[in-house]
Amino acid sequence: MTKHTLSVLVENTPGILARIAALFSRRGFNIDSLAVGVTEHPDISRITIVVNVESLPLEQVTKQLNKLVNVLKIVELEDATAVQRELVLVKVRADNETRSQIVEIVKLFRAKTVDVSPEAVTIEATGSGDKLGAMLRMLEPFGIKELVQSGTIAIGRGARSITDRSLRALDRSA
Amino acid sequence: MTEQATGAHHPQPRTRGAAQQPTIVEQNVTGAQSLIRSLEEVGADTVFGIPGGAILPAYDPMMDSARVRHILVRHEQGAGHAATGYAQATGKVGVCMATSGPGATNLVTPIADAHMDSVPVVAITGQVSSKSIGTDAFQEADICGITMPITKHNWLVTDPAEIPRTIAEAFHVASTGRPGPVLVDIAKDALQARTTFVWPPQTDLPGYRPVTKPHAKQIREAAKLITQARRPVLYVGGGVLKAGATDELRVFAELTGAPVTTTLMALGAFPDSHPQHIGMPGMHGSVTAVTALQKCDLIVALGARFDDRVTGKLDSFAPHAKVVHADIDPAEIGKNRAADVPIVGDAREVLADLIVAVQAEHAAGHAGDHAAWWDDLNRWCRTYPLGYEQPADGTLSPQQVIQRIGQLAPEGTIYAAGVGQHQMWAAHFIDHERPATWLNSGGAGTMGYAVPAAMGARTGMPDRTVWAIDGDGCFQMTNQELVTCALNDIPIKVAIINNGALGMVRQWQTLFYNERYSNTVLHTGPEVLKGGSATGNGKAPCPGTRIPDFVKLAEAMGCVGLRCEDPSQLDAVIEQANAINDRPVVVDFIVHQDAMVWPMVAAGTSNDEILAARGVRPDFDDVADD
Repeated sequence: MTKHTLSVLVENTPGILARIAALFSRRGFNIDSLAVGVTEHPDISRITIVVNVESLPLEQVTKQLNKLVNVLKIVELEDATAVQRELVLVKVRADNETRSQIVEIVKLFRAKTVDVSPEAVTIEATGSGDKLGAMLRMLEPFGIKELVQSGTIAIGRGARSITDRSLRALDRSA
Repeated sequence: MTEQATGAHHPQPRTRGAAQQPTIVEQNVTGAQSLIRSLEEVGADTVFGIPGGAILPAYDPMMDSARVRHILVRHEQGAGHAATGYAQATGKVGVCMATSGPGATNLVTPIADAHMDSVPVVAITGQVSSKSIGTDAFQEADICGITMPITKHNWLVTDPAEIPRTIAEAFHVASTGRPGPVLVDIAKDALQARTTFVWPPQTDLPGYRPVTKPHAKQIREAAKLITQARRPVLYVGGGVLKAGATDELRVFAELTGAPVTTTLMALGAFPDSHPQHIGMPGMHGSVTAVTALQKCDLIVALGARFDDRVTGKLDSFAPHAKVVHADIDPAEIGKNRAADVPIVGDAREVLADLIVAVQAEHAAGHAGDHAAWWDDLNRWCRTYPLGYEQPADGTLSPQQVIQRIGQLAPEGTIYAAGVGQHQMWAAHFIDHERPATWLNSGGAGTMGYAVPAAMGARTGMPDRTVWAIDGDGCFQMTNQELVTCALNDIPIKVAIINNGALGMVRQWQTLFYNERYSNTVLHTGPEVLKGGSATGNGKAPCPGTRIPDFVKLAEAMGCVGLRCEDPSQLDAVIEQANAINDRPVVVDFIVHQDAMVWPMVAAGTSNDEILAARGVRPDFDDVADD
């Protein structure tokens, strides 16, 4: 099984997330991560889905997604030609002895300390899954009290935009 | 799809592009009036439904509409199947209507059924007032959420201004591309509020662009494979009927000289009597069709989806075949069986283009030689024809009953079958010669489909004879719609193939469960069965289901009730039923209970394991290509 990152442009209508999530579960496809947000066009939302499937089922995933009436466009973003980012917020146990070591790790990974208290430090970090995994392994020995992680978001490298043509379609129908 | 006001094959009219159509503007109407006006303008002439609290506002203007006929059914499931039968018989969009909560959930089965068989149906449901949505209000159900996986799309409308646009979009989505059911759920306050009705509305479906025109390169590739193949088979599915492509299919089949197998959903797409027709494929298909697919070197799949009931065990299905797969739904191509040449397009356009491309190959001197193939096919046809034996005890043979109904029926008769043994026998022993005359629940296998679907078909095609071929099990699920038929001048005919059992399940118990007939006996209760041995009781001559007395039940519902138990009376009773055209007729045919459907491929096994009859394994050792 391999990971594939799909960028799905959808009409910004109620229930669209439910439609997509339900499609994945009823067709037996597993979602690794999912992130939803608005785009530069207020009527379009962008859903980034990471799925763990072989290429043949992946073709079924995209074809079935395409059948949803509110789905405008699906693009698979390859690792080599796209920037992929996740965000984590992590609360690490810290005292006067360990705090400086933790801050050192934060610097190494170009993360940020966003909150400090006598017993803990809260760190914000963005990056690829690999980088964040490495940082969390370094922080593990200090004691992770709480961890929250966003889904992956991704964008293709270069000047081309995947939203251009979908926007034109939307304009035509308006 | 046939052309109709919904504009199948055409882009949905938009205000900008539809200058020839004058814009209708009616101010200060209610949302309910706007809904009925929308149904009128979109060309819906018949609605099957039942009113209730949330949909009640819509029923007031419905009463005044001269263009929309509402048929008051007795159960919402009947409304849904009637809309499906109407759509399958006429090629138009079927419409059903129900109230919120239980009214809407009663539509779930027919919507799922229409979804599996790609039937264009628009279901309109009332919803509780928008302010009450999500509060567990009286008769509230999240019907959009419930029907999400079984509709092509659905809409919740809370703004009355959106009613015309939503109805136009609903009919467009239901009838174009791969057809299917859609649902429009309208909040009660949107039906009651004042609004302006504007037609034609501006539709907004930027993500919905079905591809109908096939790719020229794929067509050329397909034509090459077709003309090179030595043992081709045309595997024709329901998509050919929905595309109205039967004329093109016939030209194409005769041009290629290839054998044609029509699936359960495609019976009538190619005449049974045509010399190139080799029967139905699949679990209960003809030996010739099943074997032809196993031995062929090319499958040309047209509007078919390699359903498990056709392929049997998938990895041993058609092991030598290359596949050309044409379907309007790209997701069907490669879903179950990889395609060597995928073609996305409307079956009619695909066939029209294939005809030209194959003619070009012929002109270039490339034409396949299928003489040896037809020698094999004809030998299998001769050796393993469809057939049945008369019961030794002199009781009625169910196959013969169905065969005689078909032979004595007037030209153009429409058949609607339930699900089970009688459905398979009707598929086998009725001559399917024309499109849109065979309605059944193929994908979902919905028992109880026949009576309401026949009602819908007869409503849409009032000049045709409509026979429902039903079982005594199926009939007890939805027969209440005969009341609707009796009161609304819908004189359908129902043949109950009464073997006193859930026959198909019983057949599996006979074959795979050691003749232990657990809960498949309909003619007797459990106490009597316990008195004797369970298996012994199963062996006794079949009395048929007598509780309820179907003749009296028919009469109680305003129909003519007839019964036939004696083979010598068979033709006379059928003729008598055919002669009655002012009321619905129910004929209770008491038939032999141990008749089985053959041929059969047991579920989950390879199609190579087909049995022509119990214990009769066809012998194909003489085929050189294995």
